[in-house]
Amino acid sequence: MSWLPLAPNFRADLRAALETSSPTEVLEKLARLAAYQLGFLETIQLDRAFGQLELVESPGFSLIRLAVLGSATVDHLAPAIRIAGLRRRLLVDVQIGAYGQYRQDILDPSSLLRQFVPQTILLSLSCREVTSSVPLTATREEVDDIIAKFVGELRSLWQGAREIYNATIVQQTFLNVTEALFGSFDRLVPGAPMRVVARLNDQLCEAAIRDGVLLLDIARVSERDGIDAWFDVTRWLQGKLEIAPQAAPLYGDLVARILAAQRGLSKKCLVLDLDNTVWGGVIGDDGLEGIIIGEGSAAGEAHLALQRYAKQLRERGVILAVCSKNDAKTAEAPFHEHPEMLLRRSDIAAFLANWDDKAENLKAIAARLNIGIDSLVFVDDNPVERARIRQSLPAVAVPELPSDVAHYVRCLSDAGYFEAVDFTPEDRQRAELYAANAERAALLGSAQSMDDFLRGLEMSVVCGPFTTVDHSRIVQLFNKTNQFNTTTRRYTSEEVTHIAGLPNVLTFQFRLSDRIGDNGLVSAMILRPATDTEDVLEIDNWVMSCRVFGRGLEFEAMNIAVEAARRLGIKGFVADYIATPKNNVISALYSSLGFTAVNEPEPGKKPMRWFLNLADYVTHQSYIPRSGVGA
Amino acid sequence: MTDQEILTKFTRILRDLLLDDSIVLTTETQREEVPNWDSFNYINFIVAVEIEFGVKFKVADIESFANVGAIVTELKHMTT
Repeated sequence: MSWLPLAPNFRADLRAALETSSPTEVLEKLARLAAYQLGFLETIQLDRAFGQLELVESPGFSLIRLAVLGSATVDHLAPAIRIAGLRRRLLVDVQIGAYGQYRQDILDPSSLLRQFVPQTILLSLSCREVTSSVPLTATREEVDDIIAKFVGELRSLWQGAREIYNATIVQQTFLNVTEALFGSFDRLVPGAPMRVVARLNDQLCEAAIRDGVLLLDIARVSERDGIDAWFDVTRWLQGKLEIAPQAAPLYGDLVARILAAQRGLSKKCLVLDLDNTVWGGVIGDDGLEGIIIGEGSAAGEAHLALQRYAKQLRERGVILAVCSKNDAKTAEAPFHEHPEMLLRRSDIAAFLANWDDKAENLKAIAARLNIGIDSLVFVDDNPVERARIRQSLPAVAVPELPSDVAHYVRCLSDAGYFEAVDFTPEDRQRAELYAANAERAALLGSAQSMDDFLRGLEMSVVCGPFTTVDHSRIVQLFNKTNQFNTTTRRYTSEEVTHIAGLPNVLTFQFRLSDRIGDNGLVSAMILRPATDTEDVLEIDNWVMSCRVFGRGLEFEAMNIAVEAARRLGIKGFVADYIATPKNNVISALYSSLGFTAVNEPEPGKKPMRWFLNLADYVTHQSYIPRSGVGA
Repeated sequence: MTDQEILTKFTRILRDLLLDDSIVLTTETQREEVPNWDSFNYINFIVAVEIEFGVKFKVADIESFANVGAIVTELKHMTT
């Protein structure tokens, strides 16, 4: 885990943290320690300290219940999962299943899992179950039959787990712990254990795609690290540990990445330094002709490889930004004029080159892109700048780059900052969406008034209940949106399907377009019957992408929701505003929409509650006519 | 490395592992005498020692160490 900085004084810092009196402060200090590169022993120590704290809702942290069910011993993985969670400000309550009892744990109504009610279930299975049932002489068809039967059983288990717990399933790929029998010829023998495991992983992936199950791909990581880093036969013999204890810290990080990604906590933006990062040399000193970039020089190709990787990340929806100590014109010149540059100026959504403090510039980048400061990854070759950012902005991820530019890409890829649990059409278009937003900002600058600007945008909204086509995007919106998020209730993919299917529940999705382009599906709302009153619906949650703030979509969305509810004879809406450190931007949302406050909030206990009598609702003016499917 | 130097390192490892700075190991110490040093933490201890000293114990030795002194002896045997 070389991308994390080394802890200068771990033992003493840990003991000092435990001396702190308030549990909130202890937690904060432990979270800081979790951000360091921790080995096997440090991870266990930190977890032991963490275990002394009560696992309760804490400001700035989220609680998650995770069940880890295995066919071998998995108990030793729990500390690393908790610590990697803490690294991402997730408080993971880990329940370990009984040894080898993963089927019973899920299906047996009297199992501990029923009381635990996991939100995510991780299945950590060994390939031995399958390899032991395949004779070496089996034909290709026979092997496929055995594997299909096993995977088929697994699929019904996934389905059972989803029905019982509404949980997200994460299935670990099979670690290939087999030994060679024939040598290279193993790959050509259908019944050879090595070949069986490869086939098993293929079939598992196919099934996971079909069923929308997530994978924890340790098979791939073990190929990268070598099987000896992941499997230690002594530990297997000693206690049936299939995953080597030394691999536990990385294993935990891989699990926590997925948990974080599900909750929208993966990073969103790659911020690049320029001199000696994007290119070799210093543009201010060396000039356009002097910087090292591109084919013909080994170092130039290494910098180019980083640019290529950044460009690929952009294609999958990561936003690119630049933060450099330079004159703006000098810094931009290579992007416009250097023929070997792969990154062009239009690839960069926020370009900050000046002589100000980089911490201030990173804040400005986050503000300009309307994303949290904790969504940034800052890549800089200069250790001093890195340390300064870590010190002043601990929420920004700052990889400890290797000294050789040749390994920059590997370092970024190993760190897994941009772990994803889906790849939606919005992701594919994100780069264009941000470019279009820059155009809109220019339009706003030239408009006479806000009304003038909104009218000039020629917006239109397409709305209706949740559709299956847009399911992934809706799940993503609820889980990734932090600012315009009225309750910050997160829903798994399974929960969204479940809630949308309930009787008397109203769901809305909103897609906004304007003359510059389609903004995509940008808002979603769930209304369910209020518990105490008939004829009243409660807004369980309402989210809107930060990309479309300030367009008045919230007013038109409420117009639409009120009309639809009136048609069903609904008399009123209640809605909670649950304040978080990130959703202050909508603290006045409900009053601006005409709701009245029902109670004053009691921090930590009762959120601010609002009521709207539909009979009194006055349709808001908006510049967003409806088109397409009506609600 | 002397027995005492090894014991000091062992003590530090076990203190870290169990987060208990009151632990003092001697060559006579048996696992059962140390609170919370269960079989699970025995595996952890062995792993931590292997990492610290850069060695790998034999599977047969791991299950037959009678006391801490036996681990010290085997470790010295492997590192010299």
